[in-house]
Order: sequence, then C-alpha cells, then structure tokens
Amino acid sequence: MGNIPTAVKHCLSYKDYPWLAGLLQEEQGAGKTGLPEYVKIVEVGPRDGLQNEKEIIPTRTKIHLIDLLSESGLTVIEATSFVSSKWVPQMADHTEVLLGIKRHPHIQYPVLTPNMQGFQAAVAAGATEVAVFGTASESFSRKNINCSIEESLQRFEEVIKSAKAVNIPVRGYVSCVLGCPYEKNIEPAKVAEVAKRLYSMGCYEISLGDTIGVGTPGTMATMLECVLKEVPREALAVHCHDTYGQALANILTALQMGISVVDSSVAGLGGCPYAEGASGNVATEDVVYMLTGLGINTGVDLCKVMEAGNFICEALKRKTNSKVAQACYKP
Amino acid sequence: MGELLDDVLGGGSGGLTLVKMATAMRVCRAVYPCWALQTRGLSAAATPPGASGVSTPLKRLPARVKIVEVGPRDGLQNEKTLVPAEVKIQLIDMLSEAGLPVIEATSFVSPKWVPQMADQVEVMRGIRRRPDASYPVLTPNLQGFQAAVRAGAREVAIFGAVSELFSKKNINCSVEESLQRFEEVTRAAKEQSVPVRGYVSCVLGCPYEGKVSPEKVAQVAKRLYSMGCYEISLGDTIGVGTPRGMQEMLTAVSREVPISAIAVHCHDTYGQALANILVALQMGVSVVDSSVAGLGGCPYAQGASGNVATEDVVYMLHGLGIHTGVDLQKLMDAGVFICRALNRKTSSKVAQASCKL
Repeated sequence: MGNIPTAVKHCLSYKDYPWLAGLLQEEQGAGKTGLPEYVKIVEVGPRDGLQNEKEIIPTRTKIHLIDLLSESGLTVIEATSFVSSKWVPQMADHTEVLLGIKRHPHIQYPVLTPNMQGFQAAVAAGATEVAVFGTASESFSRKNINCSIEESLQRFEEVIKSAKAVNIPVRGYVSCVLGCPYEKNIEPAKVAEVAKRLYSMGCYEISLGDTIGVGTPGTMATMLECVLKEVPREALAVHCHDTYGQALANILTALQMGISVVDSSVAGLGGCPYAEGASGNVATEDVVYMLTGLGINTGVDLCKVMEAGNFICEALKRKTNSKVAQACYKP
Repeated sequence: MGELLDDVLGGGSGGLTLVKMATAMRVCRAVYPCWALQTRGLSAAATPPGASGVSTPLKRLPARVKIVEVGPRDGLQNEKTLVPAEVKIQLIDMLSEAGLPVIEATSFVSPKWVPQMADQVEVMRGIRRRPDASYPVLTPNLQGFQAAVRAGAREVAIFGAVSELFSKKNINCSVEESLQRFEEVTRAAKEQSVPVRGYVSCVLGCPYEGKVSPEKVAQVAKRLYSMGCYEISLGDTIGVGTPRGMQEMLTAVSREVPISAIAVHCHDTYGQALANILVALQMGVSVVDSSVAGLGGCPYAQGASGNVATEDVVYMLHGLGIHTGVDLQKLMDAGVFICRALNRKTSSKVAQASCKL
C-alpha cells in the first residue's frame, strides 16, 4: 500500500511517546483481574459508521477502507447493508463493495439483511455472514422499519431459516437496550425477551446496542444481568454509543461481567441521528487502547487502525472522533 | 436556531455581554429540553448502589461523591484565550449555583509564568462564596501562600510531581526540592488553620519519562499526606492511564494514604477518563476532580483534550445513583457561558448531545 506515513512511523518507533511502547507491550495477565483474556472487536465503521454520514462516499473509498481495516488484525468487519437504496442511499453500492474488497480467509465480512429480498441479494453477491437488526422499543421499530417488534422478528425468522439452510451464520442486533429516543426508558426484561427470541431463532451472537448512548454503567449492568438469564455470556456483544461520553465506562462494566465481544467504529464514524452534532459509535482506536492497557488481547494493531481512520477522515474531510487518534496521530 | 442565537448574542464573542450570554442559555434550554437528563437513573434518587438487583461490579460504589471543580483554575490556565476577571467571577458564581462543593478559584503564581491567573486577587475578592462550599487556590510557595491569605483564601493547594524530569521542566527543581518548598507552605497553613490539598501529577505516565512506578506515586502521596495535606489528588496528567494502571496505582497509594483522603484527577486525552474514574470508585475513592466543559487542553498533545468534563462525570455518577449535590442543568449553563466567552466548542459530550452550543 505504499510507504508508511511519517505519523505512523512515529507511533511505531514510540520515540515521541515513551509511554506507548510500554502500553503496547503490556503483559498478558488480564485473567488475574477477572476480565476476559481475549476480546473480539467487531468493526462496524464501513456499515454502521458510513451509513450515518451525510455525504455519499465513492465505492472505491469504501473498498479501500475495508482493505485497510483487513490489514489491522480485525477479524470481523461489517462490510455493507443489503437494504433498499431508496431508504439508505449510502449503501446502494452494496454488491460492488462486497465484490470489490480483498477478502482475507480468517476475516468475516457480515452484511445487514433486513428481509428475505436483502438476504438473497447478499448471498448472490457472495456474502458468507449476515446480520439482522431487532429492537427493544416498539416506537423505534415502527418509526425505523414501519412495523412492530413482533412483525420484524417474523421477518427475521424467514431470513434465519434460509441462512441456516445454506450454512450462513447470522448475527442478531438489539437496539435501544438502554434507552429509546421516543419511549425513553426501556425495561431490561424487554431487551432480554428480544435477545432470547433472536438467539432461539438461530443467531450465533446477539449485539446489544445503546443506540442513543444514554446508558451508564449501572443501567448497563442491570440490563446485562437480565439478558444473561436468557442468553449465554459467550453469545453476547455490546455495541455502545459514545453520545454522552459513557461508552468506555459501559464497555468496562460489560467486560467485568464477562462479555468478550465489543462493537466499535474506526475513527468513531457515524454521528447520532437523534442528537445533532453529537457523536455516535465509540471509536475503535479508543476501545483498543483501553483493552490493550487492561492486558486484554485483541489481535488488533492500533497504529494500523489509526491509519485506516486517518484515511477515511481525509476522504470525508472531517476530524476523527477518536481521542487516541487526536492525541497521537500526526499526518 | 443558529441565526436566532447569533441575533441574541450580537454575532461573535467581541459583542457579548453577560446579559446576552444568559439569554442565549435560556434560549438553548427552551429549544433543547435535554430529555436524557430526565430519564430514569439520572437523579440522585435513582437506584442506590448496593441495592438489590445491582450487579457485582457496582455493588460497592460510594453513595456520595464529592466533585472538585477545577475549571476556573486548571481549565482556564490551559486555555490560550485570556479571559477577563468579570467572566471568571461569573463562571465561579454560576458553578456555585450549580451546587459544586469545591471550586478551585485561581492560582497565586507569578503572572510572569501564568498570565491567565494575573487577576487572582480581583477574582478572590469578587466571587460570591456559598457558605457550604470551599474555594481553594494554588500556592506553589510561601510567597504565593501569603498573598493568597491576604486576598482572603481559606484553603490552598500544592502541586507535587512524581517524575524528576517533569518536576525540573515544569517548576525548575527536583521532586525533593519541591517537597521541601511545600513543607514551608503546609507549616504556615497549619499555623493559620488553613487546610491544604496536595496534588500529585503524572501518576499514570510522564511525557518525558514514560512509565511511572506506582511505588513512587505512593511515596510522594505519603510525603504530602504526612506534611498535613488533608486530601491527595492523584493526576493522570497526560491522560494515558487505563483502568488496570489506575487500579495498580491506587492499590499502592492506598497502602500509605487512607482511601477516604484520595481523589482522582483524570485527563481525557485518550478517552479513558470515565473508565478510570469508574475503577477508582469501585476501589472506594469518593472524590473526583473535573473541569466544566472539559476546559483545559493538553500541552503535551496538540489539539487534544485535557481535563475530563464535569458534565460527563456528573452524568455517569447520577446514572449510577451516586449523590453529588450538583444540578446538571445549571452546570451545563455554566459550561455554555464559558465556551461562549472563550469562543470555543465544549469538550463535554453530554453538553454536545444536549445543547447545540
């Protein structure tokens, strides 16, 4: 991919950041603290992140972003979404993206498939993993996908059945787990109910999303306690938004409760459609920084993620939302 | 909305008056009712920690946390724009109204080194003091202490470092020499019954020396505590710390200084502050330093943030059912006010999400 930029060399040489060398060589020993020894990061920047960006990004830029992320050690990169381009114009080039990326054999590239039509198009384009998006809030379901939670689950049941028939794993998302822009408070029992349904239908993993970022460690812990009664720990992930700055504290709480899969978005791509000007997804760089400091193995190269983050921010002509990148990446 | 606010504010900080700023805040509050602040768990009356149903990691959190607001001193000191005394006074008064129990008001250092704090006496004399709040001021040496007492200070603070290089670069002397200077201050303060707060900087990493040993932090903290400091604030000055480092450092320090006398002063330069504060709370720390609007950048990472924003800390604490005595809405008003005066965006995510300013 050409020469390593000077900024990344700085990171690699650690000359200007003596503490960074220590941090990145942190002893493996997270097990002693009761935290997981390994955390899988699910990178949602190319889909969830870009979907929330106003400007339509060229296909080649999306492909290059995914290729850069594939080089950083990430093992799951959500590539695109097979929704109608009428609703989500940003994802209109889904087939081109999926066909254009360099697919590494040890990396999964799940794509969103809201219904059978999307699922079939995804399979035709070569998808080998898909995702379905449920919610714990009735109002959010009606406003977002124009149907009730029950109706949406029935749609997903079709998708999951078809996916099973062709051995395609399905990841389930539950949104609004700690609060809803319309209903405000969401009962943890409702979250557990939806998570359980998706898991019983055959989703191998359930990602619990604090869609508007209002959650705090207390509400995260209470919600997880409830969900853990219905879905095994190993099958759970957290998808925290940083809209109120609470994401890393919430993720830490989840780790302390044994959760070992965390969703995040390179450069914190993706604002919040419910709070104009506010941030959305938590930045992958900041998550990796925390996990590395905790002695948790992620397999991710922080400098390479920052390089991918820098690329996409330059393409979008915007500043990164990652504090780590703001502090130490110098293009 | 932008045009309405510009209209009210006279289009730019040059034309701003305090009245116009207050109007802007009322407009902001009317249009952005900040519903998130009213959700379950965001009042002090929410589920208390330790109550049944609250998970193991959060079972032993303190019921109350004292917030030490450092925006007017630590925050403004690191802002490039010089702010007039009347604005500083208004900021402190607004923070007093928001219920903050401790507000670091100013610094009695030489204006040659810190021009932002040149109006120290005027600020001390101008603020409206709440009887149940305290307004400590920084006093790096005996001269500063005496000037502070003459200006009416009733609590002072001294600033130690763990790192030799940082000490030399920052205050041009070794750690030991600085501790001896502080001993003079604490002795004089004891004689006049003026409580002293001790700060230790670079507790989780140094911009020059890199990694810092938790044992060294414990030694400096112990010295300050033995000299008579009633509280030791442990500062992650460059924000590089992560929760494990925080845990290890606090374990070492709490062997020498009681947990009840320890505060954490986290910087959010790498986004780690709230996670670090959470771990500190889990270890029994119940005093947290923060800065309204996250004022104060990082002099060691250009363009990066510094102090953690008080609004974001309070949001988390209230969500945990921890009592702070702080009115988050009034706190945000103070943040909006000072950001307009400085002509900069807030560094608080809660403020960004709740209000356009």
